[in-house]
Amino acid sequence: MAYFSDSPFPRNPRSVVVSGAGIVSPMGRDWAENLAGFQAGRMALSPVTLFDVSRQRVGTAGQADLPAIAPDFGITRKSWERMDRGTRLALLAAREALAEAGLSGGEMPIIIGTSAAAMPIGEEYYKQALADPSRRHSQLQRVETYQAQRQMTDMARALGVHGPMRIVSNACASGANAIGHAFHLVRSGRAEIVLAGGYDALCQLVFAGFDALQALSPSGIPRPFDAARDGLALGEGAGFVIVESAASAKARGAKVLAEILGYGAATDVHHLTQPHPLGDAALVTMQAACTMAGVAPEQIDYINSHGTGTPLNDIAEGNAIQRWAGEHIGKIKVSSTKSAIGHLLGGAGAVESVICLMALKGQFLPASLNVREADPVCTFDLVREVRQARVEKVLTNSFGFGGANATLIFGKEGIS
Amino acid sequence: MNLSITGSGAVSPAGWGVAAMMNALSAGEQLKPVLLERATSGISIQTPVLRVPAENATTPKFARLRRASPISKFAAAAVMEALGETRLAAIAAGELRVGVIFTLINGCVNYSNRFFGEVLADPAMASPILFPETVFNAPSSHISAMIGSSSPNDSLIADSSGFFSGIDLAAEWIERGDVDGCLIVASEEIDWLSAEGLCLYSKRYLPAEGAGAIYLEPGDGPVKLLQLPDPVSYAGRSRMAAAREVREQLEVVNHEQALLIDGRAGIRRYDQAETSAWSDWTGPRWSPRMILGEAMGASAALQIVAAVEALKSGSFDRVIVTTTGGNQHAAGLMLGISPA
Repeated sequence: MAYFSDSPFPRNPRSVVVSGAGIVSPMGRDWAENLAGFQAGRMALSPVTLFDVSRQRVGTAGQADLPAIAPDFGITRKSWERMDRGTRLALLAAREALAEAGLSGGEMPIIIGTSAAAMPIGEEYYKQALADPSRRHSQLQRVETYQAQRQMTDMARALGVHGPMRIVSNACASGANAIGHAFHLVRSGRAEIVLAGGYDALCQLVFAGFDALQALSPSGIPRPFDAARDGLALGEGAGFVIVESAASAKARGAKVLAEILGYGAATDVHHLTQPHPLGDAALVTMQAACTMAGVAPEQIDYINSHGTGTPLNDIAEGNAIQRWAGEHIGKIKVSSTKSAIGHLLGGAGAVESVICLMALKGQFLPASLNVREADPVCTFDLVREVRQARVEKVLTNSFGFGGANATLIFGKEGIS
Repeated sequence: MNLSITGSGAVSPAGWGVAAMMNALSAGEQLKPVLLERATSGISIQTPVLRVPAENATTPKFARLRRASPISKFAAAAVMEALGETRLAAIAAGELRVGVIFTLINGCVNYSNRFFGEVLADPAMASPILFPETVFNAPSSHISAMIGSSSPNDSLIADSSGFFSGIDLAAEWIERGDVDGCLIVASEEIDWLSAEGLCLYSKRYLPAEGAGAIYLEPGDGPVKLLQLPDPVSYAGRSRMAAAREVREQLEVVNHEQALLIDGRAGIRRYDQAETSAWSDWTGPRWSPRMILGEAMGASAALQIVAAVEALKSGSFDRVIVTTTGGNQHAAGLMLGISPA
């Protein structure tokens, strides 16, 4: 990071690896629980208990099981209680990523993706401001801790990570963008190690917003790529990774989970909430990531799709995958893990990246659950049950409101 | 690679356009606030604020902006002023790849307020039109759509240091060749939610709104980006220490030829870190927030637009801009009319 006019920009791209990963999702509180869940093809959606959904059309979502008390890694009870639900999710995942990488903090940049951020605290501020405007008790603390950068600075402090922080908020592509930013920083030599990831917690405003848009599946069962799919399920969680230069990881003797081979980002200006029906921007990001990675579509062993289960998204993404793969489309294996844990919004891209790392490490393909009859757009190989497979290169797509599109490609260590 | 700021735009409580803002800064007097009134059951809450005047609005005509909140309209006007017609035509012709980086703290509070109010009243009846505009990156999406650019577009949430991080990211995109140039824009709008929230920190804060935008591109333009050190995080140090670190990295030999544009708002408790860090500064010094109010995420952008204008005036050969954000970073940069 940092710019000085008399310093040359590094020109020779370096190999970039992931040396640690952490995940909290409705499937479980860490890598092991999530791995077991995805390998078993389990669905982790349940009735929403965090707020009142009695007047909504939908009452289910992917709720994470958070510890009620502060975890025992040095964080005080007071600090834990001041953190919003999303930050707690992020803290647990980031802590796991650091530990897996053999790190205990230090001066490294942090890049985080989020969409809703600490919205539940904003909701509490709003309710009290309406109910009793003259009562200011706790309102300053709510205003302060509602701010994502305050929450994330507290998290960084708890983790002992002191570098500059960037919070990307590109709706549902935020988490993937954050990892992409980190990849570029390390690849260009501007940083050796970056903590990167994404998170979001369920909250009433966002839940009601998706319901108002009639984007939620009324049945509560998301069926990405099903011909009769009727919407998504929301979820919550966090995924974090340690993005590191291969040279640094080797010098530290750190184990390597995967290489990051490519990243592409583009903007779909078709509509604020609807993708271009042919998936133009998605095609651009997939092609850009492949070009950077030096791989052809037929070399991708698995695509973790954005796959929300809404009619418009899945058609656009399916069309983009068809255009990208060309004649190889029949061999391209695709699934959507949102069918199991819901759509984690700003956390989705990061959590799904960690799921891709699991697929690489565990040599399996997670499934698109709940598909009864595949949509005709699925001329690719839609993975409807968990499969054991040879997995060396994986691609993950993330698309968001506002047209933020991102693609990441990971490969087994040494693949490049 | 040399990078220059070759366009700037502003919407502020002083009016629409950079000229209106510079006139207010030249006058040197705090703008006159209006009262933002919220009627509740039993009491009326009044908050003095500085609003962008409705007169002479330069909001571009663009379909998506019709239903958008002021934050997007302010940003769009500032962007069009910074970009100019020639570049807009080049984007349309596919000859110019322009990235967009949008930095903000609050985002679209008006629509968030209205939408959540509807949710609390009856979630089954909440408007689907309002919700998408509440998403943090809705304004930046409108900007890319308005200028017709499919190049990268990122929204960054941050304290007032966010605009500096945005410039850093833009420099990275340009140097890597991802884009030919980049718009960095920050915008905020007033609502009782954010105005009352800010005044919880200090009743002396004067909540404001507006937008600032700059266009950064490679080359030796008249206003060069000379130094942009990493923002200094509060995770491992105090605000005071962070402000000092920024100070240590941004030194000029001749204070008399340089201008310091700081982030002080006239509230001792919050200004203390910056006041202390720059206590030995002997050159001229501007504090735009004391005149334009506290426009949160947009204030730092307006400081930098003012810095660009100060350099263009020929009165200075260096301008240092600093901010000591509320809860994340201290940051600063140096602009100049010739390489350091």
